[in-house]
Amino acid sequence: MKYKILNTRAPRVDAVDKVTGKAQYTDDLKRPGMLWCAILHSPLAHARILNIDTSKAENLPGVKAIITGKEAGTVIYGVSPARYDENILCIDKVRYVGDEVAAVAAVDIDTALEAVSLIEVDYEELPPVLDGLRAMDEDMPQIHEKYKRNTCAEVHWNFGDCDAAEKEADYIRTDKLTSKMQDGAFIEPQAILAEFDASGRLNMFSSTQAPHYVQRTLAMALKLPIEKVRVVKPAVGGGFGPKASCSTAELVTCLLARKTGRPVKMTFDREQVFLHSRARHQFWHTMTTGVKKDGTLLFLRHNCVLDGGAYASFGIATVYYAGSLLGGPYRLKNMTYDGCRVVTNKPASGAQRGHGAVIARALFETQLDQIAIEIGMDPIELRLKNVMGAGETTCNELYMSSLGMRECIEEVRDATNWTEVWQRNQNQKSRVGADLSRPVPHKSNILTKKSRGIGVSSGFFVSGAGYSIYRSDTFHATVVTKVNEVGGSVIVESGAADIGQGSDTVLAMITAEVLGIPMSDVKVISGDSDLSVDLGAYSSRTTLMMGHAAKGAAESARDQILSVIAERTGVSQHDLFMEDGYIKCKNDLFDFQPLRDEYIWEHRGFTDLPDEPFLTFREASRIAFLKRGTIIGTGKYRPPKLGGSFKGATVGTSPAFGCSAQVAEVEVDLETGEVTVLKVTGAHDCGFAINRTQVEGQMQGAISMGMGEALMEEIQYDNCGNIVNANLAEYKIPTALDMPPLESIIVETIEPNGPFGAKEVGEGAIMPTIPAILNAIYDATGVRIRELPATPERVLMGLRED
Amino acid sequence: MKKLINLTINGLSYEVAVEPRQTLAELLRYDLGLTGTKIGCGIGDCGACTVLLDGVPVFSCLTLAMEADGCDVLTIEGVADNGKLHPIQQAFVDIGAIQCGFCTPGMVLNTLALLRKNPHPTEAEIRRALSGNLCRCTGYQKIVEAVQEAAITMTK
Repeated sequence: MKYKILNTRAPRVDAVDKVTGKAQYTDDLKRPGMLWCAILHSPLAHARILNIDTSKAENLPGVKAIITGKEAGTVIYGVSPARYDENILCIDKVRYVGDEVAAVAAVDIDTALEAVSLIEVDYEELPPVLDGLRAMDEDMPQIHEKYKRNTCAEVHWNFGDCDAAEKEADYIRTDKLTSKMQDGAFIEPQAILAEFDASGRLNMFSSTQAPHYVQRTLAMALKLPIEKVRVVKPAVGGGFGPKASCSTAELVTCLLARKTGRPVKMTFDREQVFLHSRARHQFWHTMTTGVKKDGTLLFLRHNCVLDGGAYASFGIATVYYAGSLLGGPYRLKNMTYDGCRVVTNKPASGAQRGHGAVIARALFETQLDQIAIEIGMDPIELRLKNVMGAGETTCNELYMSSLGMRECIEEVRDATNWTEVWQRNQNQKSRVGADLSRPVPHKSNILTKKSRGIGVSSGFFVSGAGYSIYRSDTFHATVVTKVNEVGGSVIVESGAADIGQGSDTVLAMITAEVLGIPMSDVKVISGDSDLSVDLGAYSSRTTLMMGHAAKGAAESARDQILSVIAERTGVSQHDLFMEDGYIKCKNDLFDFQPLRDEYIWEHRGFTDLPDEPFLTFREASRIAFLKRGTIIGTGKYRPPKLGGSFKGATVGTSPAFGCSAQVAEVEVDLETGEVTVLKVTGAHDCGFAINRTQVEGQMQGAISMGMGEALMEEIQYDNCGNIVNANLAEYKIPTALDMPPLESIIVETIEPNGPFGAKEVGEGAIMPTIPAILNAIYDATGVRIRELPATPERVLMGLRED
Repeated sequence: MKKLINLTINGLSYEVAVEPRQTLAELLRYDLGLTGTKIGCGIGDCGACTVLLDGVPVFSCLTLAMEADGCDVLTIEGVADNGKLHPIQQAFVDIGAIQCGFCTPGMVLNTLALLRKNPHPTEAEIRRALSGNLCRCTGYQKIVEAVQEAAITMTK
């Protein structure tokens, strides 16, 4: 093995704190004199605010401050500067049930909530726009002045020549797929604690995925000098995208802290998590794909409407991602894409794991499946025939510096005995009707009709967005690695956001590997905007970008130490290296006794003096400090200029692309329509697994989120725009009983642009899950799901149609 | 009107004044600083707040503090023994059953209750026992593996 620490199954650096309850999440923080914030949410989906009367609330004992939109100010913010469309609190209009109207700070949460209930708002109700497909109609009310016909963002792309390709096609089909708005359903609700120190500097603790962007937005919206804003991310209980943007809750908590001069805390209840949302959009995809009779993919015409809810949030990127990420992983020379994101009077959608690309992938991969069946090919053969490899570029100019797509497909094919099972299923089916179902014994021993099926899919995803959200030449990731002056350990300081995915552990492993020391001698401090620049935990960027920066910082620290040792011993620095906690020399032992004597002389009375046959890292790092002062290594990463010159070419660019294939095996109850997933086998090309356990963990978590979205997750609204299932009992996510056994196969292709060859796994692994399950449902039942999630009702309706 | 209750938490006796409407989760977290007990939903849907009440797993967000009067409460802070991780905790660490960690305290306590009652659970029994504890990060695969590992260690 080339590495001592990388590629192992080292336990997470925060595991013991988390398993003993010591890890501090934002809601665990407490300050003397702390106030609690509560927010007044709009009860109406669309209305003009005529008057807000806070007098009764102000008179409630224990209330310390109340702010409304007027006081919060007219500043407009959002995620993408091109689509800033949110006020801190609503001023003239509310745009969804849950829109934030006023905020209270009080001595405890009960008082704050009571005060909120005493605020009187006069609304003039406006007709709401609730149907995303009709939002663009001429007779629809306009929600934002700046979005004519409620159109927030449009994309029109044309790559290659679809018309010419169509003439060559032997087989063409058009299919549609609709999904529903979904929720992130992380288990930790958003929480914030804001306080100003005596110098007027804001310290804001938040369960955010992106301290850097929150810092920027707070400074801009609160008109504070940016260096007077510090954002700290304590332990975070999952994010998956929705926690990646700055929120009203974050802004008002800071405003109330400024107004009262006291620390202010706010924690969402679960309903507020749903109302704030910023999670998966609703998509309506239509795709027309043409192939030759040998399965060669010729063209894709793709149209998509996205329901974005009330505000832009990440949506401008979402509409681009929905198109751009179909450029691969198959050779596809001709592609058109027309995407339109509309606004409606529903909670705003934003980014969620697999940003923008998940439902597009689901339709494309189910369509490929159908095409394979129609032209008499094994779906895996069709995919292998078209799959791209390393060194190829997509029609929309995404370059695959590594791509183990073929390997992933072959791995899941072989692990599931696909070829045989698929053929057997085909032989059994003279297709649809009674033949298809075979009685299998039910648990209760009553014979019910169930049918099993198998389905495959591929997918790929960026390994870090190629550009920051705001236009800037900023480094995307920097790290400061400080060698402890007393010797023996290092502190890695970074702004990276470990939200549960394990980036702190990745940084510790990389640092320990470079310095040849055990992980226990590396302390990672992260998630603090004071420590370094990191754009945040989104677009599966942290391992690649922060990994580069951590590697660079550790190498710099290593080289500084080795240069002192070389100087002192007369050995060439080139011949020195660090391993197993020692400084070693390539050729031979070197005379380090004078250095040891010096170290021992400094530590008279100590009982753990070094007597090893090699110079220890502790001695070397102390000696280096004595010579040079504090040893600090810094590292940085910025992606190279990427992408084409067409409009929107930056979205979808990345220094590397991860890819995934999965096979799902399902059983469908033909009498109830219930789908049980029996097993999912996944293979993911993560370039190089820094931590094998964590790579598998990401693969498995992605499958559970994908499975939830495929079968059960759906935000439901009444006809006034109220969410009717804003809780985790009625918005169902998979439980331990729903999840099947998951087999995870790691494919490593050594990405040239990644640190040690590593690239993403967090989001690419969700791409194949929905289509693999849908294809398996088709294999079992002959039902093509056109509307997600595939609830028993929808499957049953499909069965009845047949 | 607050009322005095007596209870044992992690082996220590407490006498505390609680509001009749105060939940056990609130008492533990906000009054006693035992923040290892997490609140993910407040209405008994997610299981993050699971603690053992006289050995039985309960949702502390649905349990009134006054119901714990005279009871023995075990929270995540009381599972390790003098800094030595319990075999269940060790298995969660070793197997990689922890990601964001927010569901972890509830998972560990529910597992403890399961393995005390059923030292050799099948995979199906593990999944059933933990089905009231939601996890969004792991897909439960490594959690189930950790419980199996802990069961082996504890019965050795």
